[in-house]
Amino acid sequence: MTITLHVNGRDHTLEADPSTPLLYVLRDDLELNGAKYGCGLGQCGACTVQVDGRAVFSCLTPIAALEGRQIRTVEGLGTVDQPSRLQAAFLTEQAAQCGYCIAGMIMRAQALLDEKQHPTEAEIRSHMDANLCRCGTHMRILRAIRRAAGLPSTEGF
Amino acid sequence: MRSESLSWSRRDLLTAGGLVVAFSCLSSSRALSQLAGGGEGGAGPKVVAPDLPGSLRSFPLLDAWIRIDPDGRATVFTGKAELGQGIATALWQVAAEELDLPAARVEIVTADSARTPDEGVTSGSHSMQDSGTAIANAAANVRMLLVAEAAKLWEIEAVQITTDGLGAVVAPDGRRADYGTLASKLSLHVPAIEDAPRRDPNRYRTMGRSLPRRDIPAKLTGGAIYVQDMRLPGMLHARVVRGPSVGTALKEADFDAAGRMPGVVKIVRNGKFAAIVARSEWQAIAALRFLQRRPWQRVERPLPVESFVDALKRLPARDIVVLDTHDPAGPAIQSVSARYSRPWICHGSIGPSCSVALFKHGEMTIWSHSQSIFDVRRAVAELISLPPDKVRCIHVQGSGCYGQNGADDVSADAALVAIEMPDMPIRMQWMREQEFGWEPLGPAMVTELEGSIGADGKIVAWKHQVWSNPHNNRPIDAGGYLAGQEVTTPFPIRAVEPIPMPEGDGDRNSNPLYALPNMHVIYHFLPDMPLRVSALRSLGAHVNVFSIESTMDELARASGQDPLAFRLAHMQDPRARDVMTEATNRFGWAKRVPGDGRHGCGMGFARYKNIGAYCAVVMEIELERETGRITVRRVEAAVDAGQPASIDGIRNQVEGGIVQSLSWTTRESVAFDANHRTSFDWSGYPISRFSDVPGGVNVHVLPQPGLPFLGAGEAAQGPTAAALANALADASGVRLREMPLTPDKVKTVLGAI
Amino acid sequence: MDTSGKIFSEKVRRSSVERLRYLNHKRVLVYGLVGAGICTLLALALTYRYPIAAVARPEQASFSSEAVEKGAALARIGDCSTCHTADGGGPFAGGRPLATPFGTLFSTNITSHEGTGIGSWSPAAFRRAMRSGVSRDGKHLYPALPYEHFIYATDADLDALYAFFMTRRAIATTQPVNRLYPPLGFRPLLAGWKMLFLHGGIWQPRTDRSVEWNRGAYLVEGFAHCGACHTPRSIAGAEMAAHAYAGGWAEGWYAPPINGQNPAARDWTIDSLYTYLRTGIDMNHGAAAGPMAPVTYNLAHAPASDVHAIAVYVASLMGKTQNTEVGMAPLTQHPDAAAQDHPIGAALFAGACSGCHGPGAPMMTQGRPLLSLGSAVQEAEPRDVVQIILHGLKSPTGGSGPYMPAFADSFTDSQIAEIAGYLRSRYTDHPAWPKLNEALAQAREEGGQP
Repeated sequence: MTITLHVNGRDHTLEADPSTPLLYVLRDDLELNGAKYGCGLGQCGACTVQVDGRAVFSCLTPIAALEGRQIRTVEGLGTVDQPSRLQAAFLTEQAAQCGYCIAGMIMRAQALLDEKQHPTEAEIRSHMDANLCRCGTHMRILRAIRRAAGLPSTEGF
Repeated sequence: MRSESLSWSRRDLLTAGGLVVAFSCLSSSRALSQLAGGGEGGAGPKVVAPDLPGSLRSFPLLDAWIRIDPDGRATVFTGKAELGQGIATALWQVAAEELDLPAARVEIVTADSARTPDEGVTSGSHSMQDSGTAIANAAANVRMLLVAEAAKLWEIEAVQITTDGLGAVVAPDGRRADYGTLASKLSLHVPAIEDAPRRDPNRYRTMGRSLPRRDIPAKLTGGAIYVQDMRLPGMLHARVVRGPSVGTALKEADFDAAGRMPGVVKIVRNGKFAAIVARSEWQAIAALRFLQRRPWQRVERPLPVESFVDALKRLPARDIVVLDTHDPAGPAIQSVSARYSRPWICHGSIGPSCSVALFKHGEMTIWSHSQSIFDVRRAVAELISLPPDKVRCIHVQGSGCYGQNGADDVSADAALVAIEMPDMPIRMQWMREQEFGWEPLGPAMVTELEGSIGADGKIVAWKHQVWSNPHNNRPIDAGGYLAGQEVTTPFPIRAVEPIPMPEGDGDRNSNPLYALPNMHVIYHFLPDMPLRVSALRSLGAHVNVFSIESTMDELARASGQDPLAFRLAHMQDPRARDVMTEATNRFGWAKRVPGDGRHGCGMGFARYKNIGAYCAVVMEIELERETGRITVRRVEAAVDAGQPASIDGIRNQVEGGIVQSLSWTTRESVAFDANHRTSFDWSGYPISRFSDVPGGVNVHVLPQPGLPFLGAGEAAQGPTAAALANALADASGVRLREMPLTPDKVKTVLGAI
Repeated sequence: MDTSGKIFSEKVRRSSVERLRYLNHKRVLVYGLVGAGICTLLALALTYRYPIAAVARPEQASFSSEAVEKGAALARIGDCSTCHTADGGGPFAGGRPLATPFGTLFSTNITSHEGTGIGSWSPAAFRRAMRSGVSRDGKHLYPALPYEHFIYATDADLDALYAFFMTRRAIATTQPVNRLYPPLGFRPLLAGWKMLFLHGGIWQPRTDRSVEWNRGAYLVEGFAHCGACHTPRSIAGAEMAAHAYAGGWAEGWYAPPINGQNPAARDWTIDSLYTYLRTGIDMNHGAAAGPMAPVTYNLAHAPASDVHAIAVYVASLMGKTQNTEVGMAPLTQHPDAAAQDHPIGAALFAGACSGCHGPGAPMMTQGRPLLSLGSAVQEAEPRDVVQIILHGLKSPTGGSGPYMPAFADSFTDSQIAEIAGYLRSRYTDHPAWPKLNEALAQAREEGGQP
């Protein structure tokens, strides 16, 4: 089927099976690397992107559901030369080890910050629960989100 | 000092057939290769120059490591792989420092069988020790040669010449010559000398600083970094077809029908090995799911569903004496004797393993995130019947692997497909359930310890027994791969050998660093493996340190001594004492909240392998007795990794190790029944999420300028597990010894109503 | 003409009439006021409950460990922690919102804290609260606390439960204010409600039934309060005894009938009920979802014999008195017809759902039940399918167990309606659900309640 997807502010028209999860279209058709295959089951969040501002698992969102909706990936937030506030915070905190989960983390966090500029620690932790990190970079990711939210970086619950 | 008589070609050194050393003092080349490979399994390169430091022992020629271009930029080659542990950045800093170049003018090339030295497996926290040391020395050698060249040019003493840190050498009278010009006049195809002058640590410009990691910016902005991101023209998507987990297979499969599904280009079959190749990922997955509708069966012996402690202790054992000391000591007044255990746990890499392979012009190129690029090259060559020099293996990052996960097998799978489809790049991706079902696990382990103290409150005797399968199963030949057993003519399976101490595998860190009399440590090596196992970060150290540090704490408590004071009383190594003191000072140990039923504090210490980095971890927990849930409020850790390359890199690794070890220790256990692994996704193998991680983790690095590099990547696993158990005992008065320390287990043992 | 007389008589007449009227009015008014006053007094007398004196918080050691243990088991069966523990809050410290058709209530702190919990309650005060829905200070409690079930509890059991709560850690909290639609915030109204709807007394066992059945009946009708969700309620919010266990609502989810009208594709047996209640999933049915999930988590920690007794009783409600062979009739699956009738739903299912639920998916290879086995698709109400798609399911403690992600943000209402329609068509032989879009809108709205 021919479908037009609106990704990072631009329209892309492509041919794909309507049941194809957005993840594969982003990666293989649009050559966007941010969203990653971690499980394909909606359990790890490595594929997280924003749809109409909300964080969703792109591995479980078929493109048939996405015509006319606004899709944003990490590439749509900023670049190496011009990172977004959140990306810059991740950079400052060096919030990555292997980094495979990080694009998903950034999109999940961005959805929170879009809705709530100054979330509490409890809100951040609870919101980010949907995303897994196996390297144990959680503390830095939290520091980066706090930094982007203008919260003190001192830790605690 | 250059020797004209050495005339090996670089090609010789980069292929498996290097020169054999004449002056080796060890009897078997296998033992040699294990040591040279970092003692982490894998084949490892042969030692040809044993007096040189680090991996220079195997690759003494400078141009194997460093190239200076006419414009003065340097390229550094390391045989180690960037796994997300920051090693490429650390080695880059080391090279920039000893070359005395700005970091921005240095490029680093990581493990590639065609371009870099074979440094064996990237594992065992050896990268800084092996590669860092080699690169530091090689760079110092290069700098020395550049200076010598300038000295010749200017007709002055080399010792009067300095480097300016910007890419030039400078004479006392101000004359300058840039590296590029000098390098073009000399050859780096010469062996290193072992005592080339190193830079003064007090004048370090790059090393010991926290430079931002080179790979992070792209990771935050969707750059193409991972094997999973590779896109080659005409690339096809492959999925391997297997049963749900090790030891199972589909009963039958309608490959013909699958082959006719939309987008499916080919079904590759070789004996029991089968893989789907399709134009798009979604089409490949659809075909895979179609085939997996059919029932599966167990094709190997059943898995042991009884208590794993019983199962392990009944396996045939080869006893290895790790320590057996006899010292005069007073009689024992108090003893503590207990068993500790941990079940099988898994690597659980966030990104299931992936590899890209291309067979073109009779040569196979494999892009892999394996830790063992050079073994992959040799072993896959054997699998697909090509000579090794027709196979090139290039490391590209995958997600964190923490040991041998599916990365090696998926590379073999990719190559088996690619060889059937010349000129077509093949991207083989394991599914999530295939990673859970087929990756080699971290072995289950049991320990039994007994410690006794005498009238003066000091330890008089110490016993430690450990039962474990081998942790050293990285494939070094075709028989080591899953596919190697599936092809029409299966390859023989090599008998597994234990990694000898001081590295050890199941017995890693079973030898306490404390100065203890009458130590009897035995490793019951169990070669019969009921479940597929291999190396997982820190190997036996997680359980051995957990056991030792729990026992130390129990002895301290039983004799009314402070756990820190008790440890210091038995520790002579000053660097160990320093990390323990630093961590506890930062924590406020002397003023800590006493264990009151709901709050508790605990510490753990180890020096990784007793030859690696020192690490002490101290934590405060809160215990919810009603549910058994433990909340870690704060953690303070101290680590001594010798001369640090990147301080933040060390902190990052130790923080991550603490959080990961907390997850292992409190919740992880691979579930299985007699027929298969029943942990097939994250719902069946939950790991820590954001709501589970500590309130705060602070890692303090104690730099040791000029001392040898010590890898810190695995130093926190054991001490963290012990600190948690000790904090729990402090909080509740109850000692838990069977990992995972789940809320249900805690609650049951507390008996709290 | 004597007009003055006429006028006078008219006046008199008028004024008499007026006076009479006036007097009548006045009388009515006075009688009315007096009557109202008497009624008010009567009502106040009827609604009034005297406060019971506060006591000093009892010493933990004053309770025997047997009593505390028994109380802990009953608390598991009563599922107390689920309502009385807020997300991220202390155990039993209340503050959890409960969305009802009457507005949102917040559960109370039942820890042993003297000021804000029940630490100053005597055993008698506790028993009165549980059986009559009156707090220590005489306030009427909303039947969100299912006292029309707890009324059946014995003194000994209530005392054991008391021992359990008095030995919980004291946690101080600030009680959030209820947000009920006026005038429901006026508690004395509840006295009327209770007069109409609160019946019963100590549970009487049936001599013609086994000991185990009776135990199950006592628990189900009492502490486990299954009817609070599984029995339909009248407009006044009271359970309709005539339709006991014919299906009800809880927090936006439909609790299916657990009587003879249970819609499951395969029969429940005592064993499958027991497995489901203890583990949250049964291979011939499905996973516990919505408010039922935490119930099974608590029952997993309750005494096995009690859970088995519950299974025995519920099986008898369904009309099964002994373990019957599970009807192994082939399961409904019409993938092709369903795809033809619901092409959008089919495409969405293929992309979003089949990774777990489709044939050949790893979850199915591991032996998890087919969707046709779940009650949700079989129910006359589409609400549960809608809720599961919106909210997913996960282990209450983050431990291992069935997990499904939430799709509320991925799909629009009409897309979820498409998927639900497809599921109904593919996995059942029942007629299509009418008004799926309304069901979606309602679910989103109720889910939006705090």
